[in-house]
Amino acid sequence: MAEFFAGKEWTTFMQVLPTLPFETWETIWSTCVATLLALVIGLPLGVCLVTGEKDGVRPLPLWLMVLLNAVINLLRSVPFLILMIIVIPLSRLIVGTSIGTVASIVPLVIASFPFVSRLVETSMREVDAGVIEAAQSMGASPLQIIMKVMIPESMPSLVANITIAATTIMGYGAMAGIIGGGGLGKVAINYGYYRFNVVLEFVATALLVVLVQVLQTFGTKLAVQCDKRIQK
Amino acid sequence: MIELQHLTKRFTTQSGTVVALNDINLTIRDGDIYGIIGMSGAGKSTLVRCINMLERPDEGTVAVNEHRMETLTPAQLRAARREITMIFQQFNLLMQRTCLRNIMFPMELAKVPKDQAEARARELLALVGLPDKADAYPAQLSGGQKQRIAIARALATDPKVLLCDEATSALDPNTTHAILELIRRINRELGITVVVITHQMSVVEEICNRVAILDQGTVVEEGDVQEIFSHPKSAAARRLVYPAGAPRTETMDGYTTVRVAFNGTQTTDKPLVASLAIECNALVSILAADTRIVNGQTLGSMLLALPNDENREKALEYIKNYPGITYEEVNG
Repeated sequence: MAEFFAGKEWTTFMQVLPTLPFETWETIWSTCVATLLALVIGLPLGVCLVTGEKDGVRPLPLWLMVLLNAVINLLRSVPFLILMIIVIPLSRLIVGTSIGTVASIVPLVIASFPFVSRLVETSMREVDAGVIEAAQSMGASPLQIIMKVMIPESMPSLVANITIAATTIMGYGAMAGIIGGGGLGKVAINYGYYRFNVVLEFVATALLVVLVQVLQTFGTKLAVQCDKRIQK
Repeated sequence: MIELQHLTKRFTTQSGTVVALNDINLTIRDGDIYGIIGMSGAGKSTLVRCINMLERPDEGTVAVNEHRMETLTPAQLRAARREITMIFQQFNLLMQRTCLRNIMFPMELAKVPKDQAEARARELLALVGLPDKADAYPAQLSGGQKQRIAIARALATDPKVLLCDEATSALDPNTTHAILELIRRINRELGITVVVITHQMSVVEEICNRVAILDQGTVVEEGDVQEIFSHPKSAAARRLVYPAGAPRTETMDGYTTVRVAFNGTQTTDKPLVASLAIECNALVSILAADTRIVNGQTLGSMLLALPNDENREKALEYIKNYPGITYEEVNG
């Protein structure tokens, strides 16, 4: 035991420990920003996937729908690790560097917006067709149907799905440690995997687990709370 | 006035083209409560959706007041739909909005100022008898209450026409009655023309003044409710008027079978069968009967068996001259 505390593993751990709050914060904000940006792109796309169909609220040309679906499926099928490497030039172009937490947001958003749009699509499909028809019968425009019926009516499902997206993005964000992204993933990979510091690997992973737990609990609670279909 | 001319609608399915509506011609006058009745799959829902263009007819014209519906641009159509509102079997309320905000919804779409819309919504809540449900969510209401909110919502834009698509089919008989009463009141007090789609003859009986019977995409009978009730001519009409099956036409040896139809004149003050026994000595048996009182008048028909004895001719003569009924002898 005394040997362990005198050993290199422990001293490294004690050196890195003060940086953990900062790294945790990096993970939190990069997840938030990436989720938000993925939503900015994914929400309209997900809505279009439903409203653009032949019998949808605002049908889009068939070729566009086919293209949209193909691009989303393509991006979804590329493993995140590969995708991260492929978009390195794009990160340089957009944020000026390919290293660091900010740079990692670019691949995170590109990898997650197709996923988000599929999740949004599922939420939109849950909206009762009868309610949409009722809105049409009252003279609602397609945009009004999207903004005032589809999105508000599917809000509980959207919140639940966005929570799933955020936890997935947090996991992806940890992987971004491999190509120089910041956060807890970086700690686990750099110290734990590359330098065999098992303690740091476990502590960083444990912190990630706690973050996911908190996020999921909070998201589920919010989804239930905003659902007015549940009689209270 | 709603005028449908040569309305035809086809649906293409994997198994071929289905003609949902076939050359429909109907005129619904202002102030009518007009019933469109038919079995499931007769095309009723498609027909009512053609009135507000939720379904585009393949052929024919739809005129609602001054609007030629099928010629309108999308924007014009949205404006016209504020005058032709609709209620549904499943109510179709916005589940994430309070009742008050549900009623405000069509006004919100029409960009009515918020305070004005709220004041109007509260008036309508009172009109449909649910003034205390403003802040309740639809999930907290019973079926009948939900339909009342849906009616209030449909009235929010001061429509001229209210389309009811199986509006009471999901409700129990008592609630159905209360909702029909409300619809009738709206028709009388606000002068709104009502089109009622239903598969229940009792609904037509209770509130409609005119009715069209739809069968396999065509109107097989159309006219005043009482007329159709007393003389259902088409097979589809008979199926609806006699839901348990039309009185059987069965002859018995030694008897003459007579079908008597009540036309809705006041016949209750002098009972036919008893009078036959007393005044003609004819011991008549009732083989089948399906009569009902609609708006205080007897409608329906009866199948009578007259013994073939010396009183037969006298009894037939008596039936013939009896006020308010028509009769026919049934052979085999």
